[in-house]
Parts: sequence; C-alpha cells; structure tokens
Amino acid sequence: MTKKQKNVLWRIIISFVLLAALMACEHLGMFGALAGTWALLPAYAVPYLIIGYDIIYKALRNIKNGQIFDENFLMMLATFGAFGVKEYSEAAAVMLFYQVGELFQSYAVGKSRQSIAAMMDICPEYANVEQDGEVVQVDPDDVEVGSVIVVKPGERIPLDGVVEEGESYIDTAALTGESVPRKVSAGKEIFSGCVNGSGTLKIRTTKEFDDSTVAKILELVENASSKKAKTEKFITKFARYYTPAVTISAVLLAFVPPFVLGGGFGEWIQRACTFLVISCPCALVISVPLGFFGGIGAASRMGVLVKGGNYLEAVAEVKTIVFDKTGTLTKGEFKVTEILPSEQKAGESKERRDGRSRELLELAALGEGYSNHPIAVSVREAYEEQGGKPDMDRVSEAKEIAGYGICVRVDNKEVLLGNEKLMEREQIAYQSVAGAGTVIYAACEKRYLGALVISDVVKEGAAEAIRDMKKVGVRKCVMLTGDRREAAEAAAAALGIDEVYAELLPGDKVSIVETLLDGQRGKEKLAFAGDGINDAPVLSRADIGIAMGSMGSDAAIEAADVVLMDDDVRKIAAVMRCAGKTLGIVRQNIVFALGIKALVLILGAFGMANMWEAVFADVGVAVIAIMNSMRALKTE
Amino acid sequence: MKKKFKMEDLDCANCAAKMEEAIKKIAGVNDANVSFMAQKMTIDAEDDRFDEIMKEVAAVCAKVEPDCKILL
Repeated sequence: MTKKQKNVLWRIIISFVLLAALMACEHLGMFGALAGTWALLPAYAVPYLIIGYDIIYKALRNIKNGQIFDENFLMMLATFGAFGVKEYSEAAAVMLFYQVGELFQSYAVGKSRQSIAAMMDICPEYANVEQDGEVVQVDPDDVEVGSVIVVKPGERIPLDGVVEEGESYIDTAALTGESVPRKVSAGKEIFSGCVNGSGTLKIRTTKEFDDSTVAKILELVENASSKKAKTEKFITKFARYYTPAVTISAVLLAFVPPFVLGGGFGEWIQRACTFLVISCPCALVISVPLGFFGGIGAASRMGVLVKGGNYLEAVAEVKTIVFDKTGTLTKGEFKVTEILPSEQKAGESKERRDGRSRELLELAALGEGYSNHPIAVSVREAYEEQGGKPDMDRVSEAKEIAGYGICVRVDNKEVLLGNEKLMEREQIAYQSVAGAGTVIYAACEKRYLGALVISDVVKEGAAEAIRDMKKVGVRKCVMLTGDRREAAEAAAAALGIDEVYAELLPGDKVSIVETLLDGQRGKEKLAFAGDGINDAPVLSRADIGIAMGSMGSDAAIEAADVVLMDDDVRKIAAVMRCAGKTLGIVRQNIVFALGIKALVLILGAFGMANMWEAVFADVGVAVIAIMNSMRALKTE
Repeated sequence: MKKKFKMEDLDCANCAAKMEEAIKKIAGVNDANVSFMAQKMTIDAEDDRFDEIMKEVAAVCAKVEPDCKILL
C-alpha cells in the first residue's frame, strides 16, 4: 500500500467508528426528541467531513476549472442531497463506502500494474564494460557497438551481441517463454533480455541499446496499450455520454415528478441522489483496458508479442491462416534426406552399393564446394557428417550453367551436378526421382552416378500446431510457397494443410492473400504468418500479420501485428486462446457492469433501491470487474 | 518528435481519457496517448515548439486532475 492509501485507510477507520457510534446512539433512542431534526446535522457532519473533505475540495476545485461532471462533484451532490432530506447517516455512510471502494479499486489497479510491470521487467539496469583492463558499470545506453561487455552469472544480458569468450547456459524465458536454458559458446549470437546462467560471458556488442532486442520489445509492449481495441474505444465514447445522461435524468427525476404528481420533493431528491451515485462509468473505463492489458501481458509471457488491444481482439476472430512455408512451417534448413546411387546392378553386394553412395556424396560435396547456396551447404554438411572433408585441391574449373547446374573437374574427370534438364542436355541416361524436395542428379564422365534428394525439414510441432489451431476455431489453413508443387504438396499433406499454392513468385503472395481476404464473411479475420523480408507487404495486407521473431527479418517484425519470439507456430493457437479468453472477460464485464447499473437505476427510479445499492452498483461493481479483468493475465 | 513522460498520481482512468482528449486538441500536437495502466504519457508534437506545447499540456492536465504530476 502506498502512503496515500494508508492515509485513506486511517480516515476510513476513524470515520467508521464515529459513524457507527452515532448510529447506535440514534438507534437506542439516546438522542430522544432530537432524532430526525436538524440538530443532529453537526454530529453526522464530523465523520462525513473526515472521510469526504478531499472529495468536496476536489469537486469545488474542478468546478472552478470547468470540469463539472466529475465523480467528486456527483458524490458531493448526492450526499448533500441526502443531508438535505435529513438522511444524515446515509449521507455519511455513502461517502464512507465510496471511499472504501475507491481505496480497494486503487489497490487492485496498483497490484495488477505491479504484476504486469514485473512481467515486463526485462530491462537491464547496467552493462559491465571492460576499460583499460578494468570492469566498469555503465548505462547500457552508453555502450558503443563493438565494445566488449562482461556478463556475470545471474546477470541480465544488456545488449545484443556475439559471444567472444566463455560458455554458459542462458535463460531466454523472458523473451521466448521457453523454460529450457539454451547453451551458448564463443561465436554464438546472443540477445539482450536473457539471463545468464552459470558461466561468465564476454560479449562483443553488435547493436546499440535502442536497437537491441530488449529495447524493441519494451517499446512494442508499451505502445501496445495505445492501440486501442474497438471495445475500448466504444467504452470511452460511451462514458462520455453516460455520465451527463444519468445526471440529467437525475435532475429530471428530482423536479419533474413532484410538479406532475404533486407531493414533497424529499422522496424524489433522494431517488435522484441514487442516480448520481451510479453515474460514474469507472467500472468500465478501468476494467476494459485492464483486461486487454492483462491479455497482452499474458501473451508476452508466453513469448508472443501482440502489438495492441485491437490486434488481440482481431486474433480471436481469425478463421483463416495463411502460412509462408519456408521458415514458418519448415525450418528453412536444407538437409540431404536421400542418397540414391544409380540402379543396383545384378549381384551387387551391399558394401559395394554403400561405397557407390559414398562416392556420389563425395563428388557432389566437392562439386558444390565453392558455392554458398543453402542446397550446396547442405550437401557439404551431409558429407562432413559422414566423416568426410572435401579436399578442394582435387577440384578445378568449376563452371556454373545457369538454370541447369554446375560442371566441375574433380581429379581431372568431368563431373556434372544439376537438375533433369542438365542430364537431358548432356544426353545422360538417368533415373528420374519423384517426390518431395530438390533433386540433384550427378554424372561423372557422362556416366550417371545417382541422385541426392534435399528437402527442407518440417518444424517440430508444426502438424500439432495446425491441429491446435483448428481446435480453437480456425477453419482454413493455407500454405504459400515458391517451392515445387510436389514438394509443397508433400509437406502440406504431412501437416494437414487445406490449401496449397506452390511455385509462386514473391508478388503472387499479396494477390493470393487479397483474393482470400475478399472471400471472407462478416467479422472473420485472416492471419498471415511469415518471416522473410519479402513477406512484409503481405504481413501488413492481412488482417493480422504474424512474424517469426528470432529468425525473422526486422522488416517483417516491424510490419507484423503479432510476433512469435521463438518462432514456435504452436504459439499461434495459444495466443488465440488467450485472445478469446480476454475478449470473454471484457464482454462479461461490460454486460455485468451495465446490467447492474441499469437494474439499480430502474429500481432507484421507482424508489426500490436506496443509496446502499447505488454505492454497490458504482464501486462494488468496479472492484468485481477489476478482479475479473485480472484473470486475463493468468492465461496459461 | 515523439516523447514519453512518466506520470505520478494519475488516479482515475476516466481522467486519463479526458486528459488525452484535451491534449489532442492543443495546437501543434499530432497525437497523444495517456495510459492509465502504464502511468505514462506519449506526446507527438511539432519539434520547434515542443517545450511550449509541453507547458500547455501540463496546464491542461492540471485542469483535469490537479494532483497528477508529469515527470519531465
């Protein structure tokens, strides 16, 4: 509790004791003939002023500033009205309970703010920089790119960089939600915001603090609350009309019925006062944004950044998800998955055949030795995995035949590596390989050696992710790729994708997404998940753009509305569940708060609800709604 | 220029909404956001008159909620 809150608590206690004593005396008839007369006003005014002086002060001050319809003024008016009709104990009690509610409310908001702040507590306070052999603590802001920083065990990594020295396990939970520590050693890239585990690390920074991962995440999360959801905007607008409307009806209720129906003002003024107490829209104004804030907080704890309440709202309505294949559903890492030497000769032993497949891989690795293309790299890796080391001295005259493959000389023999077209051009009898992946055919001195199949590896859990998404309401999963149709269809079948568009050029993606967008009904939303730089236009075109955070390009992260920090597509279903829950909570709060308020207003108008119910409808409802909103934060 | 300010004793959500609206009406302010949850204010205003505008912002906020302080 803050000092201010403690202060209010004391005032509540004192005022409560005094008021209880006065009410007990009155009840026991100790005031005798004085009961029900103006004489008791000064007595009740004491607890009233103890608890409510600041409200009256604020009300008057705000009127001077031209702020009329504020809750302080309304409370003052309501309680003065109650005094006016000689309901002294009610007047004081209403003020007392109003303050109790306010205190509770501010405590609850403070608590939720704290728990959100704690979750966002990934900002490093300092960086240890080596200067002239000494380690000095400086502000991460002041560290230049290329400096060497020292991170001791248990410290938070302040800036992005590359490990220069040391080995350790780092805890990336704050960034990715991943609980298993990741091993890092010299040469590995490292992100700020992670916590260093057991070993001391020396890191050469590659980014300034403002560009580092942690600064970017904090900025995204802080800005998230400024992108308001439709529901939030509706509530703000509603609040603007609600208070004046209720206040005007209160005035009408106080003066019209007595003139029309005749009779005293007292009863009607009392009813009008009930109206005034209910007129603050606080329950909604606080709990709705709090719910969204909590939902965004819960998502970021899972390692998913949602850039605004509006996006969280839209995520819950996603019915179609379009995936870019490489990097999103597949790892984007190519691997030699099959080595197929030319057809077995009759009577060939297994050893002989294995020998031929080694020879095939060796020649391919040598032939691809100079290329940095991912496919070439994968061939070399496969060779190295088998214990080989390409001896590039054996290679001469590497020549690329664009659109076909390459021609090299290994040990002075001509080796051809390439696609079917190359084999046909060179009139080599080959055996066509069907199936997923890229196929490299190899020939030596025009004699067919065999083929290597290289495919992209499907991400762990991608199939499970698609199943989960279907469970939370996604109707259609679409995959877009520039790959060959067969490769794409094989991957789609394995993953459970409904529609595949293959052999696309980068520009085609936007037009396909646009066609899909046109095909949507009503409030349905379309999400696009991708990672490449060329995906940025599609990411911004889709209703919701989902980018891969750790391997995605900065442009993609910038353009996206939702970022999966650890590239785990399974998190899409999780964030959809979280969004659905958040929206549910927000709707419950709106219905509950407006329902109770409307009910008490109606009852109040007919004289069936008094000030006590009104106070509950105001602060009680607010507290319950806030507590309900806090549930959004606890989504697993 | 966009700048962020911390706020102290911003006690009511409705006031935050009112402040935001009032600040947006100040001449030279492109965009403003007052976050009750984060207790922060983001102002996007013209560069050359930024300090002047901030004075106006402070005055407007004081009108809505005199107890609330903007930490400059």
